[in-house]
Formats: sequence, C-alpha cells, structure tokens
Amino acid sequence: MTESLSTSPGVALETASGDGLRRVAIDPLSRVEGHGKVTLLLDAEDRVQQARLHIVEFRGFEKFIQGRPYWEVPVMVQRLCGICPVSHHLAAAKACDMIVGATTLTPSAEKLRRLMHYGQILQSHALHFFHLSSPDLLFGFDSDASRRNIVGLAAAHPELARRGVLLRKLGQEVIRMTSGKRIHGTGAIPGGVNRNLSAEERQQLRAALPEAIDWSRQAVQLVRQLFEDNLAVYREFASFEANTLALVRADGAMDLYHGGLRARDPDGNTLLDDVDYAHYWEHILEEVKPWSYMKFPFLRQLGADKGWYRVGPLSRVTQCDFIPTPQADAERIAFLAFDAGRAARATLGFHWARMIEMLHAAEVIAELVDDDDISGSELVVRGSSARRGVGVIEAPRGTLIHHYTVDENDMVVRANLIVSTTHNNQSMNVAIREVARRYLDGRTLTEGLLNHIEVAIRAFDPCLSCATHALGQMPLAVELVSNGGDLLDRRSRY
Amino acid sequence: MSQTFLLDGVAVPFQAGQSVLQAALAADRYIPHLCYHPEFRPHGSCKLCTATVQGRLVASCTTPAAADLVVHSDTEELRALRRTLVQMLFAEGNHFCPSCEKSGSCQLQALGSDLGVTTAGFRHYFPDRPVDASHPDAWIDFNRCVLCELCVRASAAVDGKDVFAFSGRGLSKRLIVNSPSGKLADSLFAVSDKAMHVCPVGAILPKRVGFAVPIGERRYDQHPISEQALADAPRAAGEPDV
Repeated sequence: MTESLSTSPGVALETASGDGLRRVAIDPLSRVEGHGKVTLLLDAEDRVQQARLHIVEFRGFEKFIQGRPYWEVPVMVQRLCGICPVSHHLAAAKACDMIVGATTLTPSAEKLRRLMHYGQILQSHALHFFHLSSPDLLFGFDSDASRRNIVGLAAAHPELARRGVLLRKLGQEVIRMTSGKRIHGTGAIPGGVNRNLSAEERQQLRAALPEAIDWSRQAVQLVRQLFEDNLAVYREFASFEANTLALVRADGAMDLYHGGLRARDPDGNTLLDDVDYAHYWEHILEEVKPWSYMKFPFLRQLGADKGWYRVGPLSRVTQCDFIPTPQADAERIAFLAFDAGRAARATLGFHWARMIEMLHAAEVIAELVDDDDISGSELVVRGSSARRGVGVIEAPRGTLIHHYTVDENDMVVRANLIVSTTHNNQSMNVAIREVARRYLDGRTLTEGLLNHIEVAIRAFDPCLSCATHALGQMPLAVELVSNGGDLLDRRSRY
Repeated sequence: MSQTFLLDGVAVPFQAGQSVLQAALAADRYIPHLCYHPEFRPHGSCKLCTATVQGRLVASCTTPAAADLVVHSDTEELRALRRTLVQMLFAEGNHFCPSCEKSGSCQLQALGSDLGVTTAGFRHYFPDRPVDASHPDAWIDFNRCVLCELCVRASAAVDGKDVFAFSGRGLSKRLIVNSPSGKLADSLFAVSDKAMHVCPVGAILPKRVGFAVPIGERRYDQHPISEQALADAPRAAGEPDV
C-alpha cells in the first residue's frame, strides 16, 4: 500500500512508502496517559519528512458493550480512563437521555451533572498542569529528567506543588459528592442523576472555593509569566495553523457541558456554528490509517487532507465569544490580546488556556454550590424512548462524542466513541513534525529532541488509553531500530 | 429452658425444626451463606455455610440443630475453604463488578469482600452466555448466575409457574427458561413474581432501573454482609413457609 507524501503544513501526513526515507523511533513517551511511540521519517537529505504518533494500545469498548443494556453503559464506559472517567460517564448519560426521551432534565439534575463535570475539569486540569506539565515549563525542557517531575516540583516549588495537589483534591471531592466515588462513580443515570448534595457537603465545598479560585487565577498568571520570560520560544514552539472544533452555547458562551458544534478555519472563518450534535456524522468523519489504532477525524466539508482540526482548551478559549464567569473571561481577553494574539495561536498556549478553564471551573462550582437546586429532590425524567442516542461533552482534553444504537430489547447493538485525543490526532502529528524539523540535528536522536517532542505532545494533554478503540484486524507493526536510527527490520500485518 | 449447641465455643439456643444455620443467625451468630434464603427450604448447594459438626464438614443450612452438637465455623481452615468456593463461583461466570448494577447489593460480591477474597485464585472460564433481554420488563444475565436455584424454587413454590429450571450436569449445568422458545418473553414470568426478587446476584434484574440507587445507599454499603445478614435473619423459629 503506497500513500502520497506531503510536506506542506496543513496537509495530512500520510503513511510513507518508505522509498528514500529513513526511520527513527522514539519509545516510549512518559507523563502522558497511556503509551505511545513516535516515528520520524527522514528524507534523503535527513530532513524530517513526516512524524507519526503511533498508538499501540487497544481498548475495544465499542465492541464489548454490544449486547449490554444501555443503562449499564454510563458506568461501564467510564472505565476507559482513570483521569477523566466523568467525561465518559456524562457523555454516555447524555446519549442515554435521548434513548429514554429525557429531552430536558430537571434543574436539579442538570446542575448536579454540571457540578460533577466542572469538578472533573478542575481536577484534570490541575493534574495536567501541576503534576505533568509544569516541571517541563518551570525547570526547562532540557533540564535533568530525574528532577523534571512532580517530586522535583515539590522540592523546588513546594507551595506550587501543594496547590496542585489540593486543587485536584477539591475537584475529586466534587466528583465524590455527585457520583458517590472520586473515581468511577454512578451519579448520572439515564434521564437524570441518582443523588443530590446535602447542606453539609455544600458547606464543605463553599469553604474551599475562595482559595481554589485564587490559586487558579495565580496559575493563569504563572503561565503568562512563563510566556513573558520565554516569549521567543513559547511563541513558536510546535506551532502550526489548524482548524478548530468545540461545543459552544447558543449565545456564544463557553459551555463545557452542553452546546452546539462550532468549527472555524485558521483565519477565523466559521465552518460550523450552533450545529446540533445529534447528527454529528453529517459534519465529522473518521479516517483509518494502517499504522495507528487511533482514527483520524476530519470535517466532512473540507475532506480528509484539509479537514483535520484541533480541540481542547486552546480551541475552546479562543473560539467562544465569552466565558460566562467574570475572572475567567477577563483572563480570556488578556490571553487573546497578549503578544498581538500570537499566544492564542501557539501550541504552548494550550497551557494558558487550560488554566483559564481551571479558573472558570472553580468559579462555576462556586456558583452552583450556592444554588439550592443542587439539593433538590426531582432528579429523573423520562419521555418517549428512542433507539439512538448521541451525547457530546467538552471533556478536559476536548470534544467527546458518544453514540449508541439500541435494539427493541434495550440492548446496545452499535457504539461509536470519538474521544478528545482522537480529534487531536493529526494536530499532534503536525506538532511533533514541527518540533522535529526545528530540533533534529543530523541523523542523531538527542535527549533534547526527545524532551522537546514530549513537551509538544504533552501540551495536548493526550489520553492515549482512551483514544484507541477500533476493533478488527488492526495493524500491528514491530520495528527494529538501531541506535543510529537505521531500520533493521519491520514486521506488520496489514 | 431451651436446648443449646456449641458454636465456636458459645452456647447457641435453638428450637425444634431449626437448622444449625437458622439457629445461629437467630442468635446473632453469623455463618456465611449464599443459596440459603429464610423463606425457602434449604438447598445446601453453594456450601458456603459449611461448618464442622461433630468433626465432620456439613452444610449448616441443611443440618438440623440438636442438643450438645459441637459446631465450628469461624476457623481459618473454614474461612480458607469459603474463600476458595467464592473464587470458584467467580471463575465459572463473568462477574464484572465495576459495571454491574447489582454491585453494592450483590451477595456474592459482599461475601468476597467480607471473606477477604482479594485474588482470582483460578483461571477464569470466561463463558460465552448471551443475555436474555426478550422480556419487556426484566432481563437475565446468565453470565452472573451462580446456580443457587432460588429463582427455580421461588417460581415453582410461590409463583406456581415453574418458569426456571436447571439443565445439564457439572460444568454444563445452567439455568434455563421453561418456554417454547427458551426465551423469558415467551414464559409466564412477570416482574411481580417472587422469582424476580430473590436472585442474590445480578442475574435476574428489572429493566431500566440500573444504577438508580446511589453509592452509599446500596444494601452492603453501610454494613458488611456479616452484619446485614444478622439484621435480616428471622428471629422466630420453625420451618420456612415453602
């Protein structure tokens, strides 16, 4: 199988025929969820022709939930992940809402789900920034790897590390109160939720929120400071032009729980806006490539080569019209204005946007905790049942699509999950290629290059274990690469 | 003065007609059990309630209480035996507690937790048992059936329908539905049946209920089965109704 090659930015990086190309492999990646492998393909002049982030994990959830009752799905599919299970739990529950005909949830149910979701955003973003990425940013991409982790952070910046741990803990507490467990609870059920919050639980959260909001705001300032101190690098690092996709509320506000699909091209032209996600397949298709278990989604109107897009905090913060909480919106405006808008287009801008969202999440939680509806008792509604359900949510890492079809006996017969990291598949490949082109020196893989590639991938906060779920005769490639990077052997089944 | 027998060195009173297990539970002395149900005649199949009576291993649910019996239940040897039995039950079916709606209210899970079953112990069979979701209001996940026969007994003795039966022997033994098609929808089964409500695991369940009971309020969330079983045990003596 021979596929076309392309060198121009914005065009798909296809599988190489191998002619005239040399292969170097970087394996494994650390501090991302799951396992990944990167292959760089060089041309005859040793220039980086292509980059591939191989996803070698296999999940299979879409297959083994077939034949199971739909009400089991929100609990089962969250086992895709231990970091953002709430996102899968809620996306599946939203899909099940359609199946049970719950077109509008009760105010209590909707707000309790939102509370759970923003608790999830808070804990996941705190985990990503403080535990996973801040060591790179604070110590430098090329600093001692043994120090560049949360333990090193705790030694050098104990207060920052403490805040990261406590912010994550607060988010996990919100999840526990709304779902019964910090990880893999059961709060959302088809048509609503199964629990509310007591006055004591609300008071416990209320007491912790002022500090959480303050720390989140300072985290935004920390990323801004990092940009100011390293502007030349941060502005350019792994940057590229991309289409964007995100859920946005009908009035243009950021809404991470529910909204319509909005897509824009790199120039800001609107490709989709306020599109009902119930028919997402009319706008988004997935392409399969033989070298990865992770599919390549694209916007149908632009085609597979040009229709790939970027999701996640950077897309959401830059594409919404406003953030409906005051402090986060002020930070959004400052972010968009910084460096004449270039930070908002930079790959490392993901971190800045992520911290703005963390601040937003803390503000939303504070609003919801003061809303008596979260202690209400009307928690479930039902309507006319349907055979198909689609649930879409903005997970911490980006747009998450769950789609189920059930038979006349309530059993799932078909499922399609398009997770955030899958949406970012092509974007990550492009980011890696841009880094490799800049930092690969000759034919030798240096520790510095590996570090830079990892930093680029980590900006997307990929969750590789969630992202691989295709089933069938999937490609399994085994490559033998010498220390010098020469491909000695390669076996595959495709 | 009532008669007594010795259970782990403590005198347990009993009344005529009580089994060792019934008398023990009525006296707030827990002996692990699974296929026993106070409303039904003891079956003695799961063997979780095995105790030594006069030095012999017997099912305490089917052993009549008698004066001056010497019964041992709370011994490490018997706890190890019970752990092994639970491991075998898990190995024979497909018990995926993380996504099972009976989790937290399941006797098998609660027994495993209470007995300290922390490892698989045996290579799992992973049987291929398609669910029966044909009935509009109930479904059967045969993967979770532990062959306690409670549904068979309930359907025959209480409901008068004989909806369920066992077929096959040994490893091939399985729960079947008495209907022309073998499907629940073609049987006389109704969700109001007693057989609907006696399954100790997640094999026979009402449809569209799922995870409606929140974590913290499920049957074994507050108290382990060793305490809950005592709270549930009838204090009155005598034969089960059926």
